[in-house]
Amino acid sequence: MVMAAILAGTAFFVYTQVARSSYLTGRYLERQQPVQFSHKHHAGDDGIDCRYCHSTVETTASAGMPSTQTCMNCHSQIWADSPYLEPVRESFRENKPIEWERVHDLPEYAYFNHSIHVAKGVGCSTCHGQIDNMPAVYQENTLQMEWCLACHREPEKFIRPKTEIYNMQWQDGDLNAEERKVLYDNYKIRQAEILTSCSTCHR
Amino acid sequence: MQDLKEIQDRVYPPMVEGDHSFGTVSDKIGDLALKKKTPFFWFIGFGIAFMVAQLLLISSSYLLVKGIGIFGTNQPVGWAFPIINFVWWIGIGHAGTLISAILLLLNQKWRTSINRFAEAMTLFAVACAAIFPVLHTGRPWLAAYWLFPYPNTMGIWPQFRSPLIWDVFAVSTYATISLLFWYVGLIPDLATLRDRAKNKYFKFIYAILSWGWRGSARHWHRYEIAYLILAGISTPLVLSVHSIVSLDFAVSQIPGWHATIFPPYFVAGAIFAGFAMVLILCIPLRAWYNMKDFITDTHLIYMGKIMLATGLIVVYGYAMEAYFGWYSASEYEWFMVKNRIWNGPYWMFYWFLIFCNGVSIQFLWFKRFRESPFWLFIISLIVSLGMWLERFVIVVTSLNRDFLPSSWAMYSPTFWDISLFVGTLGMFFSLVFLFVRFLPVISIFEVRTLLPEANVHGHQQDFEENVLEVEYTYDKTDPPNPKVDLP
Repeated sequence: MVMAAILAGTAFFVYTQVARSSYLTGRYLERQQPVQFSHKHHAGDDGIDCRYCHSTVETTASAGMPSTQTCMNCHSQIWADSPYLEPVRESFRENKPIEWERVHDLPEYAYFNHSIHVAKGVGCSTCHGQIDNMPAVYQENTLQMEWCLACHREPEKFIRPKTEIYNMQWQDGDLNAEERKVLYDNYKIRQAEILTSCSTCHR
Repeated sequence: MQDLKEIQDRVYPPMVEGDHSFGTVSDKIGDLALKKKTPFFWFIGFGIAFMVAQLLLISSSYLLVKGIGIFGTNQPVGWAFPIINFVWWIGIGHAGTLISAILLLLNQKWRTSINRFAEAMTLFAVACAAIFPVLHTGRPWLAAYWLFPYPNTMGIWPQFRSPLIWDVFAVSTYATISLLFWYVGLIPDLATLRDRAKNKYFKFIYAILSWGWRGSARHWHRYEIAYLILAGISTPLVLSVHSIVSLDFAVSQIPGWHATIFPPYFVAGAIFAGFAMVLILCIPLRAWYNMKDFITDTHLIYMGKIMLATGLIVVYGYAMEAYFGWYSASEYEWFMVKNRIWNGPYWMFYWFLIFCNGVSIQFLWFKRFRESPFWLFIISLIVSLGMWLERFVIVVTSLNRDFLPSSWAMYSPTFWDISLFVGTLGMFFSLVFLFVRFLPVISIFEVRTLLPEANVHGHQQDFEENVLEVEYTYDKTDPPNPKVDLP
């Protein structure tokens, strides 16, 4: 009986861990893209702002993927002959978008909007991690519902000033609780009951 | 002395008839499981039941492929066959628990020869009941998170304020305790079968199942304690499980469901339906297997009386439901009562239900019907049907005419609604047939305790002393003070 209880307990624990593992969530797994594009180089070393490419992040549900023309703004001038960039030039010539591999894939039944998160003080790195350190982008978080709810239950712990939204080095500890409270009030974030209501995300 | 024998038989009707000793009891009951030749009717009965059970397989597979659109359930009747069938099956189980737990604690000896298969019936009924809540969403593989509170990856818990989650705990506790109770009671008998089995495979299986029971005094001591503890745990379950099932309805605000009488009325209904099912099972069983010595006419009469008593409580419940509807002065409640009884499209079902549960049991007032297994069997069948209709009437008539006339609609089951239900009936009877074939249907060792030789200084002596004493004191002017130990 004791053995059975221990086994059952262990099995249950293993289950809870497997259910959250990268094997099931794809967390930390780097995705290879059709072009060897490095966020570390562009966002980190060159310091290009996130919004240069993901231009609709402040206004629409989707942050937006850059068109090939956006890439060619620079790459018609620099690295214009690089063999690495041939897929980009090909896309430009043939007027066919590059088919990027999606890294963050939410299920269809979850409604998500980038603009409201940015508007209410959730920075890029809060969900996506330090993109400026990622040569190939991977999923920093599980994207499981409990992860969403962790923030929706106490949003005041994860917000930052408007000016710091695109700061990749921001840490949650950079503000003390009082400053965050002021921020929370100024952003007019709704109370947790509304943020965690079913229909907030499942519409 | 002839008179004395007569009085004695009326006060303590013999629970074992015929000329039996310890050995013949073991032979008679044990042989059902051990006898080499399975009777022909068993194959017929099991065959039919098992074929019907395939309907369950087919309809649940089809359900998983197509989704719950195959059912007739739709707005405004959003609860229909699945919950009707669930409540019906769960209710049937209650007689088993009542017989095994409450009658044990009340020291009612007559429970002894019917408790084993009544408990088995409980288990099988609960198994059938559990099918419906699991399947009714069409996605049983997601059942874990909406049934059980565990740290799931969604970071949410079931709604603890909902009676549906109370149901999960009530029913799973009930299933667990019933299984333990039944199994613990089986252990000494499994050891008997182990010792008597000729077939070495059967012997091996019975040996494993009997957990090394040798029948030593220490074994018996522990057994008695364990059995009493389990009886103590089961006793509140007889009342709590169906109370909680009734709260599925009563906690909501639907007219006709939102009534305080629901818990006691459901519990009485459950015991009523359960005894009907016990009678349906035991009347053919004792006839086919010639078990009339153990399941005597007295047993049937007692069960008939319990059916009458609980049935009357249920009828009182119907009367109160209608009365509350009027007395509430709520327009919706009173409309529902009128709709249910004479004004609505399902009024015929209501009166059919009243006939089944209210009128048919009135025959049990008469000795002639109580003492006739045939009539008891017929009445039990009618009552089982009536209890199913009761749930149908409660669920459908309350929902089909709801607050908004624009959303009124009729409900009718589809083929798959019915086939799933009939399939569970097949599964139930298949399990009953398997049980009858492989396990002792009547508790061998407990029946032995009913024999005179088990009770050398027992009732006979008590009875003579006490009754004679009563008669003696009665002659004097002293007020009689009979101290008769009831069995």
